[in-house]
Amino acid sequence: MAELTPKERMQIPRQEMPAQNPLERRYNFNEVALGFDVETARREAERCLQCKNPTCMDGCPVGVLIPQFIRRLREGDMAGAVMAMKERNSLPAICGRVCPQEVQCEAACVLAKRGAPVAIGRLERFVGDYELAHRTCPLVRAAPTGMRVAVVGSGPAGLTCAVELGRRGHQVTIFESLHSVGGVLIYGIPEFRLPKWIVHAEIEYAMECFGIEIRTDHVVGRTITLDELLADYDAVFLGTGAGLPILLNVPGVNLNGVMSANEFLTRVNLMKAYLFPEYDTPIKVGHRVAVIGAGNVAMDAARCTLRLQHMRAEKEGGEPGQVYIVYRRSRQEVPARAEEFHHAEEEGVIFEFLTNPVEILGDEQKRVRGLRCVRMELGEPDASGRRRPIPIPGSEFVMDVDMVIIAVGTTPNPVVFLNTYGLERTKEGTVVADMNTLRTTKPRVWAGGDVVTGAATVVSAMGAGKVAAADMHRFLCGEFSESEWWPAQVKAHTAGA
Amino acid sequence: MYTILKKKKLSDVTNEMVLEAPHVARKARSGQFVIVRIDERSERIPLTIADYDRAAGTITILFQEVGKSTMQLGTLEEGDHILTCAGPLGNPTRVDKYGTVVCVGGGVGVAPIFPIARDLKEAGNTIISIIGARTRQLLIWEDRMRTVSDELIVCTDDGSYGRKALVTEPLKEVLEQRHVDRVWAVGPAVMMKFVALTTKPHNIPTVVSLNPIMVDGTGMCGCCRVLISGQVRFVCVEGPQFDAHEVDWENLLMRMQYYKDEERLAVEYWKEHRCRLEQAEQEAEEEKHRHG
Repeated sequence: MAELTPKERMQIPRQEMPAQNPLERRYNFNEVALGFDVETARREAERCLQCKNPTCMDGCPVGVLIPQFIRRLREGDMAGAVMAMKERNSLPAICGRVCPQEVQCEAACVLAKRGAPVAIGRLERFVGDYELAHRTCPLVRAAPTGMRVAVVGSGPAGLTCAVELGRRGHQVTIFESLHSVGGVLIYGIPEFRLPKWIVHAEIEYAMECFGIEIRTDHVVGRTITLDELLADYDAVFLGTGAGLPILLNVPGVNLNGVMSANEFLTRVNLMKAYLFPEYDTPIKVGHRVAVIGAGNVAMDAARCTLRLQHMRAEKEGGEPGQVYIVYRRSRQEVPARAEEFHHAEEEGVIFEFLTNPVEILGDEQKRVRGLRCVRMELGEPDASGRRRPIPIPGSEFVMDVDMVIIAVGTTPNPVVFLNTYGLERTKEGTVVADMNTLRTTKPRVWAGGDVVTGAATVVSAMGAGKVAAADMHRFLCGEFSESEWWPAQVKAHTAGA
Repeated sequence: MYTILKKKKLSDVTNEMVLEAPHVARKARSGQFVIVRIDERSERIPLTIADYDRAAGTITILFQEVGKSTMQLGTLEEGDHILTCAGPLGNPTRVDKYGTVVCVGGGVGVAPIFPIARDLKEAGNTIISIIGARTRQLLIWEDRMRTVSDELIVCTDDGSYGRKALVTEPLKEVLEQRHVDRVWAVGPAVMMKFVALTTKPHNIPTVVSLNPIMVDGTGMCGCCRVLISGQVRFVCVEGPQFDAHEVDWENLLMRMQYYKDEERLAVEYWKEHRCRLEQAEQEAEEEKHRHG
């Protein structure tokens, strides 16, 4: 193809992502977005203007070399595209699927102001999937340094940190409490959004190349304490996420039929309850289900519910039922990734905006029979900059539901901090860490991801894993010592900011 | 992978297993539990650590075959493996010198009460143990309990062995006749509830070990939540032992029933599946003989 002019490039429409039909996909857990083929990917890549001073990279928490990988992709140099990608991101097939690109790289693309930004996320996924299928780019490990590192938690933060340190030749061991590696990528994000084989393939490959050892079934705090790890390892990274569900503080929260989104998603994703009784873990799905909250976790729970309802109707007859998302703010404030919100609406999830639950009602058998709610209106902006929802007096009503899933957030699991001293935490339970280095108040311990920031995104956790790894590497190379632990700029990074 | 080093059938439905799990044995203490998972398709189930051997790197678990998972676990033999053994989980028993402690164990609850009684005995307490089962065949670890008790009362519901009584009857008598400082009870939830009701009028601090449904067992899902003095608490990370007089028993019992239908379905599915497997193996065997 001859070199196009910028004007010609801008005339190419943003390429649509092929997806499973919304009516069909309600009956299965297969992936919704099907991915670009080579032609579509290259056509989309042609849209990139290759800016002299690219802004897109500023929008990426891990600083992916976006213009470089796109240029190679459109030149047909797939190995080169993969290499440019892996320079900054070891898990592109995952990021391409779960990053909120519309508020990151794509928001920073110059074309965003002129209509449609380059579909960077879709291209990233294409490159990631290409590499999974073709293995063009062997990951090269630096010569062993003899330094030993323990990484606690195998979610996005821990994995990224492990990969970055393994690449630099350190001997890394990951401690994971569950039986499977991947953290929220495995227990939280559903199969139809992020197929588990991709997570396993991407992780296993990196682990193998960098000689990373994995110890599953190790609950740090119980099986082994942080202080014991410090005795055995030169440095420790805490990437334990925010795994403890916040429950609603309303009457009826302990009725049968009320569960946290974490429980629901763990049953469905990690334990494969959608295949019960072939798999042992059961899940009960209501006919009229209210999911409280409108973040990614709420969308995932709602869309899993919808699928389980349709699969049940297909098997046993009867109506599938309804799934509601109950959210106290309005459509504009929905925090979920745009594509997930769109897909949920397409599939038939019903949204009750400006609605807040006040009580869960039970029948004689203590099962959920309804959700008492109050309508809200938006007042002045609050600390988060969003308009504060205020209850409208006298607007209470009862939603006829038989199951309630709570998806209003999570906090760090405190078990990891048992029997350890000198590790400062905030009131919210997050770990205090220096913003630039991610050093904690305990020498030789770094922390990053949701355990520091509170629940956020996969890619921001990956970014934190990278930042910590860079500082840990400096420490492991002897650039500073334990006595110089706190540099001049002691500036604590606290949660919720 | 964790190897089953020893297996002993204590009754038709009760099994004792010694598992090779050095990472758990290293830290295990009385009152704690493990999450086990048999194979790729299995659920994660909590089982109390009934004993441990740090030097050998082993733990002992004990279970009654009541559902699909425990039935399947019961089919495994020495040398077989299971995929998951995570722990030790939960808080260990708060061992102290209290004075006279009554340790009550019902059914397979005798297994978890054993290390608790042993620790309390070692701490200098006088131990009066009351153990019971539905019938003689289901009574376990009487000999072990005798070694850690100053006094041991044995009863069965049907009178086939020891005294014909529920454990709460001798408990009530002991409380009326003797000075007791603490009561520990482990067994079916209903039994623990009645132990709580029995000790309440005497105002004796009573500790129970709760056994709700769990999924991950590490604080992630909240399935095991109970109401303690009206507050939501997670049994897996904040328990499993709680003050019996603060537990909302009705709520716990109700939540434990939630998956009853699915549990029955899982057993039916498994039995049918197993039948077919056995049949297929038998046919293959016959086929071999015909050609052999």
